[in-house]
Amino acid sequence: MNHGRYRVWHWRSWSVRYAPPALLLAALLMVLLLVMAAYGLTVGSMRVPLADVVAIVMGHDESGLSARIVLDIRLPRILAAIFVGAALGVSGAIFQSISRNPLGSPDLIGFTTGAATGALTLILFFSPSVLQITLAATVGGLATALIVYLFALKGGGGGYRLILIGLGVGSTLSAVNGLLLVRGDLDDALWANIWLAGSLNGRTWSQVWPLMLGVVVLVPVVCFGARALTLLEMGDDIARQLGVPTERLRLGMIMCAVILAALATGTAGPIAFIALAAPQLSRSLLPGVALPVLCSACMGAGLLLLADLLIQALPLAVSVPVGRMTGIVGGLYLLWLLTRQR
Amino acid sequence: MMLLDHEFSPRQSARLRGERLTLAYDGRTVCDGLSVAIPDGCFTAIIGPNGCGKSTLLRSLCRLLRPQAGQVWLDGQAIHQLPTREVATKLGLLPQAAQAPAGILVADLVARGRYPHHSLFRQWSHEDALAVKQAMAATGVTELADREVDQLSGGQRQRVWIALVLAQQTPWLLLDEPTTFLDIAHQIELLELFCTLNRQGGRTLVAVLHDLNQACRYADHLIVMANGQILAEGAPHTLMSAELVAEVFGLECIIIDDPVSHTPLIIPRRHSLSAELAPLNGPKTRGA
Repeated sequence: MNHGRYRVWHWRSWSVRYAPPALLLAALLMVLLLVMAAYGLTVGSMRVPLADVVAIVMGHDESGLSARIVLDIRLPRILAAIFVGAALGVSGAIFQSISRNPLGSPDLIGFTTGAATGALTLILFFSPSVLQITLAATVGGLATALIVYLFALKGGGGGYRLILIGLGVGSTLSAVNGLLLVRGDLDDALWANIWLAGSLNGRTWSQVWPLMLGVVVLVPVVCFGARALTLLEMGDDIARQLGVPTERLRLGMIMCAVILAALATGTAGPIAFIALAAPQLSRSLLPGVALPVLCSACMGAGLLLLADLLIQALPLAVSVPVGRMTGIVGGLYLLWLLTRQR
Repeated sequence: MMLLDHEFSPRQSARLRGERLTLAYDGRTVCDGLSVAIPDGCFTAIIGPNGCGKSTLLRSLCRLLRPQAGQVWLDGQAIHQLPTREVATKLGLLPQAAQAPAGILVADLVARGRYPHHSLFRQWSHEDALAVKQAMAATGVTELADREVDQLSGGQRQRVWIALVLAQQTPWLLLDEPTTFLDIAHQIELLELFCTLNRQGGRTLVAVLHDLNQACRYADHLIVMANGQILAEGAPHTLMSAELVAEVFGLECIIIDDPVSHTPLIIPRRHSLSAELAPLNGPKTRGA
């Protein structure tokens, strides 16, 4: 019953196929996430012992100072890191699959820039609430995606076209973002600049909820579509002859990817590198296995949480925004990737 | 010249047929008002010069290309109105270009042919395992099951792709230039495999082929195309003539009996006719 790298799990007339290495990797990453999250909840300007953290999170102690710090400051920040990372990881996995290119990630093809344009417009011209910023970023990202998709579709689609048009639209929008910053009021521009750096600092529950909801709803949808998406990687003709509704699938999956990326950007600002690296790392650890959605999610969450914990642990006087950190690491990773391929 | 051979089932009763098809790529019309019937249970080869619309026709027959006008009928139903999943259980196509994912194993690639038979909670059954096993045995890739597709030779890889389409277990098998880029031994091996699949499996095969002699030798039915039209069709021995080859390819030749298979064997003369007859083939169109 098993074939190649897959095993089958039967129950009555149902059967589910899975790849043991993918399951193992996902489980391993989840354990690491849990460990990092637990550690993250204990450290900070005030140390809270692990036993207390467990009691607080289980709801046994809700009043004290340490409970407020853990529940209102650290937990939202850690959950934001996990869900932003997961959303970016899945979004990148989808873009890389659809563009059949390891560089197809939402930050490279302009969607993150578009989300930033949406958020900046709101920050500079209306003084919005944090929730409104999240919303504006989502709308900005979706609008950008729509423009890129329509342009790419006009020329007959294709992965390279999507990337090139995304690059064009992205650089235009990044110039627009610069203009917006110059035009705005100085205080607002300062705030906008902090937002643009991409940070998990001071995230509140109201910012985390929409993102969590989006991830919990969309990731299973993507997992469901991943099998067909994997077939699409072999080429449109073979996928269609196997019964995959290629155009509908592509559009639906791009929508999921854009919403995920935009929600993540709305919550934390533009965070580079995660969407690019998480699916690539998962894929290189799992050769010959269908699109690893769950692993990309866990990998993205793990990478961002790790980055966030690292900058908190670094002996720096100022707190570095996590987006800058991933930007630097991501840039180096990209250079390494490009020089490694001929 | 119009040679229509009626020794096969009459046009109207063929289970797969195209009716007055107008086919276009990016607004450029390749075929206009073309009607075709695929004889049931036969190995049909579509031949013709480059750019005459062979692949275009094949793509429209398996609903990959929606006709501008006309209709493709599959078992009395308009193919473009059927769900793609349902068509995928009846028609299998081996396209010209398909990309094997990096690192995939042969068994896993062949297993992807079972996709149209699956659903969310029925991802793998005994029938699936059996179909994959049979497909790999028929194409002789059973020993390669645990090898990575990237590491195979061109001939082996093509057999794996055919196994994928075979695992779909479709009554129709459409092959778009399946022998291109293979050496002569692998070409013959594949064509013999197609004959076996046709005779033993009772499948209807349609292949776009370039080599006229191979088409004459292995196919039961030839469809000869030029300029987006069907110029002639029928069994190779009744159909093939020096005049037809001259008209379609602008190539002067003599036709002798193939000493091995006793099918028509086309021997080209020097290519002096081409200059005069080239305009017959018209301007180049996309695809072959």
